[in-house]
Amino acid sequence: MEFISSLWYAIPEVLRTVIVILLQIVAVVIPLILTVAYTTYAERKVIGFMQGRMGPNRVGPRGLLQPFADTVKLLLKEVIIPTKSDRYLFLLAPILALAPAFSAWVVIPFSENMVLADINAGLLFILALSSLGVYGIIIAGWASNSKYSMLSAMRIGAQMVSYEIAMGFALGGVLIASNSLNLNDIVHAQSGSIFSWFAWPLFGLFIVYFISGVAETNRAPFDVAEGESEIVAGFHVEYSGIAFALFFLAEYANMIMISALTSIMFLGGWLSPFQGLDFLINIPVIGLFFGNGIHWLALKIAFFLLLYLWFRATFPRYRYDQIMRLGWKVLIPVTFVWIFFEIIAVALGWQPWL
Amino acid sequence: MGIPLKDSLKHYWKTFSLNELLKGMRVTGKYLLDRNKITIQYPEEKTPLSPRFRGHHALRRYPNGEERCIACKLCEAVCPALAIKIELEERPDGTRRTTRYDIDMFKCIYCGFCEEACPVDAIVETSLFEYHFENRGENIINKQKLLAIGDKYEPEIARMKAADAPYR
Repeated sequence: MEFISSLWYAIPEVLRTVIVILLQIVAVVIPLILTVAYTTYAERKVIGFMQGRMGPNRVGPRGLLQPFADTVKLLLKEVIIPTKSDRYLFLLAPILALAPAFSAWVVIPFSENMVLADINAGLLFILALSSLGVYGIIIAGWASNSKYSMLSAMRIGAQMVSYEIAMGFALGGVLIASNSLNLNDIVHAQSGSIFSWFAWPLFGLFIVYFISGVAETNRAPFDVAEGESEIVAGFHVEYSGIAFALFFLAEYANMIMISALTSIMFLGGWLSPFQGLDFLINIPVIGLFFGNGIHWLALKIAFFLLLYLWFRATFPRYRYDQIMRLGWKVLIPVTFVWIFFEIIAVALGWQPWL
Repeated sequence: MGIPLKDSLKHYWKTFSLNELLKGMRVTGKYLLDRNKITIQYPEEKTPLSPRFRGHHALRRYPNGEERCIACKLCEAVCPALAIKIELEERPDGTRRTTRYDIDMFKCIYCGFCEEACPVDAIVETSLFEYHFENRGENIINKQKLLAIGDKYEPEIARMKAADAPYR
């Protein structure tokens, strides 16, 4: 022990900081990748159940090792690069899609002090990074030199830009209510009891945010970008093996990201719904469960992920013009009206959430 | 304006309450919690087979061990896929028997006409449907193999025939 600590302090301080930050990043990314893996498992299982099937149940007990079997399969497959594609951009695109999806996680507060970078412009950072993700997809669609990919990339481009606006306005509502762009401060602004969560005063924005989040991640029912019946698989038709897996990873990381953001901004993040009920929190061991902590964030994320899967099993795909109509003519006006009344309420000093 | 205010408001309420989406989600949610799945876990569980199921062919024998087939070639004639090839010979005791009875399983369309045509119930299609070929040429099933399958599955073939008999 003595030896290890002396070795640790022998390293220059700059390097030590770097090592600590790297370890923290690994501590976020590894659980994230595992969550992605098991989200795919949960997706197949839940949708299977909803369709009266069993879902994967052959690999391991109840099919629990299925994600690892899939990973091995994808890793061992050949990455085929189409002859007439732009090789450099073709291989760069998956990385461009994945990097923003992962790096946005640095500002997510997992618990009271569990946040990699507690920056004051957290919300802006997330908006910026989620917009960057679209580059990876558009570049993938263009570099593949395939008509299907190109069509899909154009669809995604237009769709993500449209829904970003509704999303941004919904975030604006949260910003007005919490008076801060720092995600930890936003969570703190919702403390008190379950009725202090922003989901109640900002209910409309909450719904709009999650719907545009679903559209933003190109999931059913807004998955025209992947519309199997029209354009095969969309922007990633030409991708195989691990290059495809990276797109897959990015899509699911984004899903989890949107779920996490919705929980943090509208459902109080790591705050417990039982806070304020001190008699529950004061119970010796079970009280830990009722208290604030990362497990509440995890439960809320799981709930929104279930909603994602539920939507996918239930709703048919929107037509493209209907998606545009919903984004521009319904969601944006709704957020406008909601924010307008919110501003009036704030100007009059009537702030039920404070 | 064309639409009365009341209907218009009703329409807006229906749209913005997401009523119909929630109804749809209730249906799928009900199935999520329903433990009764219709899946049959195939290698372990199997669906019931009809006695008329037409699977792999077999040649049957009489209880005394004599093969039934009398080489009348009716099956060869009726076969729409021309999958059956028969050659015959007269035995010293004056009976006709086949020397060759080949079925090309790649040509066969499992229509069951050979079984219908057979006057002595020699060629039958069993309920055996799990078989495969590993080498080229194995798709041609010769007389020995057909008889062997017939010998092996005779009780089952007889049972299926008996079950179907009242309906024929």
